[in-house]
Amino acid sequence: MIELSNVSKTFGSGPRAVHALKNVNLTVPKGAIHGVIGLSGAGKSTLIRCVNLLERPSEGRVSLDGREITTLNRRELNRTRHRIGMIFQHFNLLTTRTVFDNVALPLELMGQKRADIKARVTPLLDMVGLADKARMYPAQLSGGQKQRVAIARALASNPQVLLCDEATSALDPQTTSSILELLRDINQTLGITILLITHEMEVVKSICHRVSLISGGELVEDADVGDFFTAPTTQLGREFLNDFLQLSPPKELIARLSDTQGPQSHPVVRLTFSGDAVSTPLISRLARECSVDVSILQAKVESIQERTLGLMIAELLGSPEQTQQAMAYLQAHQLQVEVLGYVQRDV
Amino acid sequence: MSSAMFDLVLQATLDTLYMVAVSGVIATLLGLPLGVLLYVTRPRQILAMPVLNQVLSLVTNIGRSIPFIILMVAIIPFTRMLVGTSIGINAASVPLTIAAIPFVARLIEGALNEISPGLVESAQAMGATPWQIICKVLIPEARGGIITGLTITVVTLVSYSAMAGAVGGGGLGDLGIRYGYNRFNPTIMLITVVVLVVMVQGFQSLGDYLVRKSDRK
Repeated sequence: MIELSNVSKTFGSGPRAVHALKNVNLTVPKGAIHGVIGLSGAGKSTLIRCVNLLERPSEGRVSLDGREITTLNRRELNRTRHRIGMIFQHFNLLTTRTVFDNVALPLELMGQKRADIKARVTPLLDMVGLADKARMYPAQLSGGQKQRVAIARALASNPQVLLCDEATSALDPQTTSSILELLRDINQTLGITILLITHEMEVVKSICHRVSLISGGELVEDADVGDFFTAPTTQLGREFLNDFLQLSPPKELIARLSDTQGPQSHPVVRLTFSGDAVSTPLISRLARECSVDVSILQAKVESIQERTLGLMIAELLGSPEQTQQAMAYLQAHQLQVEVLGYVQRDV
Repeated sequence: MSSAMFDLVLQATLDTLYMVAVSGVIATLLGLPLGVLLYVTRPRQILAMPVLNQVLSLVTNIGRSIPFIILMVAIIPFTRMLVGTSIGINAASVPLTIAAIPFVARLIEGALNEISPGLVESAQAMGATPWQIICKVLIPEARGGIITGLTITVVTLVSYSAMAGAVGGGGLGDLGIRYGYNRFNPTIMLITVVVLVVMVQGFQSLGDYLVRKSDRK
């Protein structure tokens, strides 16, 4: 279990001080995969480096399995770091060591015997599917293979926690999904707690259980992944989601949207369905029961973990009373309705 | 070439090799740790000690800014104390070594500077001590750069050793000046230069070969 309490980190001092983290509280329970998502410069890297004290928090406490590590001395800290694996965006493999010797490095640092090292490294390379590459050098491997070596290396010392610093950001989409699958396997078979930082919603969607949204050094949102993808509570969360779903009205329509409703204009709405609402034929019922016409501009169905999420941008055609009634009807059926604006009907 | 002349050239060649070898080995043994120290005590480095770093840097710069010919005569008392004499190849090896230490140190520091900071960071995340980072990450990863630096040092020492004649040091440079220049013997002068060129070529090729062999990128 990882616990950050009231962690702040300030670089520099005086008027030029940069507050990279502000009063961050985060708990990742044992065995969970927790994602922290945010834009560049939001403080993600500083946050993950505070967990193994590569960055020392200016204030606050960091605990691992209930034991505070911010107060440890150098020696104890190094021993604790053997229990925390870490992988990086640019892999950080030693170029002058073979794949085998890279994975052996943490064990050498712990002073293990050669025979024990061999007994540990070989099955790890098997697990990440690189047993046949043991004698190769990192320069001879692809990006995905390098990250697999880095994962094997991070697991060599039997850590309870794995920190992933933008681990898939330098990889193509296909390789990304194979690495994510490997991480999920590791989490399930070894029960390792994973904390990852990313700027990609895809990563959060495919393996995280919970997600925190970081902005300006603060955690502004902390939710189950299913909730975050169906109902983000912050504007930034919605922006991430819309970017990810690539669902926004056509440009030509946006230009015509106005904020106020006139007698001859119709609302354009974004509808979010989740749970049972996805499988109910709501749109056709809406048309019958509220006598409005629905013109669908865009629609998409995503499955997030075990949940299905439907999204739609539609124009509701009818009198202002009828469209009001229609929106109330949808809301009553657990849909989220967001009015994007009103559009003047072509005559 | 007469056999007497041949003997002269051979002896001078051996003397040059001796001076380069002695000063090169000792300068590496002392310059490597100094170079590592210059690097790891920088601000934000694994053993950040800004004051020590500035002192070391200053001393290194002073060592590097003194012209070799002046250094050689300036430290004669020190040389005499160390090897009991101020003339001969042993005596000449002392200023050569002193001059080469800061030279090696800066080249090693430069080689370490080429290493991606991510490698050090990942070793720290694995719980490596600073000593382990130096031995298992910094020096092995900088291997190619270090060999390049040492090759440059050896080549520089060959040419510096030619000045050793000024303090009765012997070697090829000395031979060239005394026989070739002072006694107007162009053959000796030419032979001296050719041997020096071959020697430098040899060291450079050996260095290049070792760099290639160590390169895994």
